[in-house]
Amino acid sequence: MTVPTIADEPRTNPLAQRAEWLGLTAMVVSGVVLMLIGARWVTGPLAVFAAAIMLGAIVTLVITAITGGPEARRKIAPYGLLKPGVLWLALFYLAPLITLLKSSLSTLPSRFAVKAEFDWNFGNYRDAFTDNAPQFGRALLFAAIATVLTILIGYPLAYVIAFRGRKYRSLLLGLIVIPFFTSYLIRTIAWSSLLADSGPIVGFLDLLGLTGPLSTLGIMDNGKLINTPAAVIGGLTYNFLPFMILPIYVSLEKVNPALVDAAQDLYSPSVKAFFRVVFPLTIPGLFAGTLLTFIPAAGDFINQQYLGNPNTSMIGNSIQNQFLVQNNVPLASAMSFVLMITITIGVLIYTKFFGTEELA
Amino acid sequence: MSAPTTVRGSFAKWLLNGYAALALLYLFVPILWIVAFSFNRPNGNYNIQWQRFTFSNWTDPFSDQGLTDALQESLKIAAISTSVATVLGSLIALALSRYRFRGGNAMNLFLVLPLTTPEIVLGSSLATLFIDWDITRGFTTVVIAHIMFQVSFVALTVRARIRGFDWTLEQAAQDLGATPLRTFWRVTFPLVLPGVLAAALLSFALSIDDFIITFFNAGSLQTFPLQINGEFRVRFPPAVNVLATTILVFSIAIMVTGTLFGSRKKRV
Repeated sequence: MTVPTIADEPRTNPLAQRAEWLGLTAMVVSGVVLMLIGARWVTGPLAVFAAAIMLGAIVTLVITAITGGPEARRKIAPYGLLKPGVLWLALFYLAPLITLLKSSLSTLPSRFAVKAEFDWNFGNYRDAFTDNAPQFGRALLFAAIATVLTILIGYPLAYVIAFRGRKYRSLLLGLIVIPFFTSYLIRTIAWSSLLADSGPIVGFLDLLGLTGPLSTLGIMDNGKLINTPAAVIGGLTYNFLPFMILPIYVSLEKVNPALVDAAQDLYSPSVKAFFRVVFPLTIPGLFAGTLLTFIPAAGDFINQQYLGNPNTSMIGNSIQNQFLVQNNVPLASAMSFVLMITITIGVLIYTKFFGTEELA
Repeated sequence: MSAPTTVRGSFAKWLLNGYAALALLYLFVPILWIVAFSFNRPNGNYNIQWQRFTFSNWTDPFSDQGLTDALQESLKIAAISTSVATVLGSLIALALSRYRFRGGNAMNLFLVLPLTTPEIVLGSSLATLFIDWDITRGFTTVVIAHIMFQVSFVALTVRARIRGFDWTLEQAAQDLGATPLRTFWRVTFPLVLPGVLAAALLSFALSIDDFIITFFNAGSLQTFPLQINGEFRVRFPPAVNVLATTILVFSIAIMVTGTLFGSRKKRV
């Protein structure tokens, strides 16, 4: 039995010598080409030519893999494994972002036209800001408050499961995931019933005599909870809570309990020990949890649709309404694009300050 | 963990445990509501106020044709999209954790991007692509959309599960004379399988539950959540609660089986 070694590799094969470079180039080139064809940036004969380049890159890779020997194959292997998924994302994630941008700069020829024409119409962006500034503001504000609440509710829960769950840990963790197994929409409808004027929550608050004070604080609206900003924020908090708990738990799980004991010996008061030792170690989890909570919350429209009123509408509602109801796809695209850019910039700044290598 | 020695310490400990228990309860309030209201006999078209206890909703869970059809569509979509996404995503995860290669870090970042893009942007942008190509939105476009968001999810979940595996086992198998194909089936595949199954299960759930991305790409197709949302203008029948409870029970059963299977694997 001959075990192939590097020495057996045909040194003379020029393709095999550049295997890694070839693999990377072929993947990037075919990804970019597919994205451009998908977005109809290149069309007609140019698209055929581009497709030929893509095929050529793949064929070269296959030839290299066949003729190149084990070492070359090992170098190409990761690119081969990545390729199907990457191409899918190039065509159905990246290309749509280009068509979204194109659509946001288009004009509908008439009120009832289905397809908009691309003509560098920046007016959509002006409309996006002038008509929907409050919706943008509310989306960011509600999502931010909901994110803070998920930390306040989720962190202690994750902590107790991680450090005091003992043998019930996986059971408790399973319980956190169970809400995922009922529809997000039905859970939101459930909250609308629970928060209704005759529902149990308002009844309970009334029993405790809290409706008055809460109304004064502006959390309730004259003894009502449903159709208030508080209800919308509450819904967002609830729906995205598991996305905060799980990453925090993962980072807590890595903390050595002996370290906590040592910290308590050193700093004595548990609170101080916690903030000096445990908390800093969970920043990666908090970071991931914040992104996983804030981003979907900012773009959500279901919670506001079922728990809010027209005065609590968020940018998601505007986009959904313009796109699917008013059929003003260009305006909806402009708002969508602004939302994406806002969040991307926010994430970049946030990553700069709190970011870690361990994202996701 | 050191036992608290002071009364104050023990009190603080119980306070924290109580708080955590309340938080856990909070997660379950709507779930309990959904299950309880599957036993309610509503007055009128909306099953949102408690009236009387009844078993009658459960005698024929699939009696509501519209909802049952929509649920079937959802299951079909989830089955197809999860199969494709699990293969694509697992291959990516394998590449990222098994090999060191040029462009690996950029790849990691690229994979996170779809997860840090709001669903409404993913949904609306994909819809503009289909509009641009004059493709009628329906079953196929929804499957495409679901695969798109599942791929990243599967890749990252599987990668997290198989990080830190001892890949020299593969080398050992080959040194012992196994062919690469045999090495894959006998060594690599069993190693990654539990992680892959867990990821597939969760992304199946994500697919059935997805509302926002589906809403933009469904055209006239009705999935389970879309059907409920569409009908909510006129009614919210107990059949919704019955079907949701059924899904819940099935999911828990699968999850428990999966956990048992996973722990059995670990002992081997």
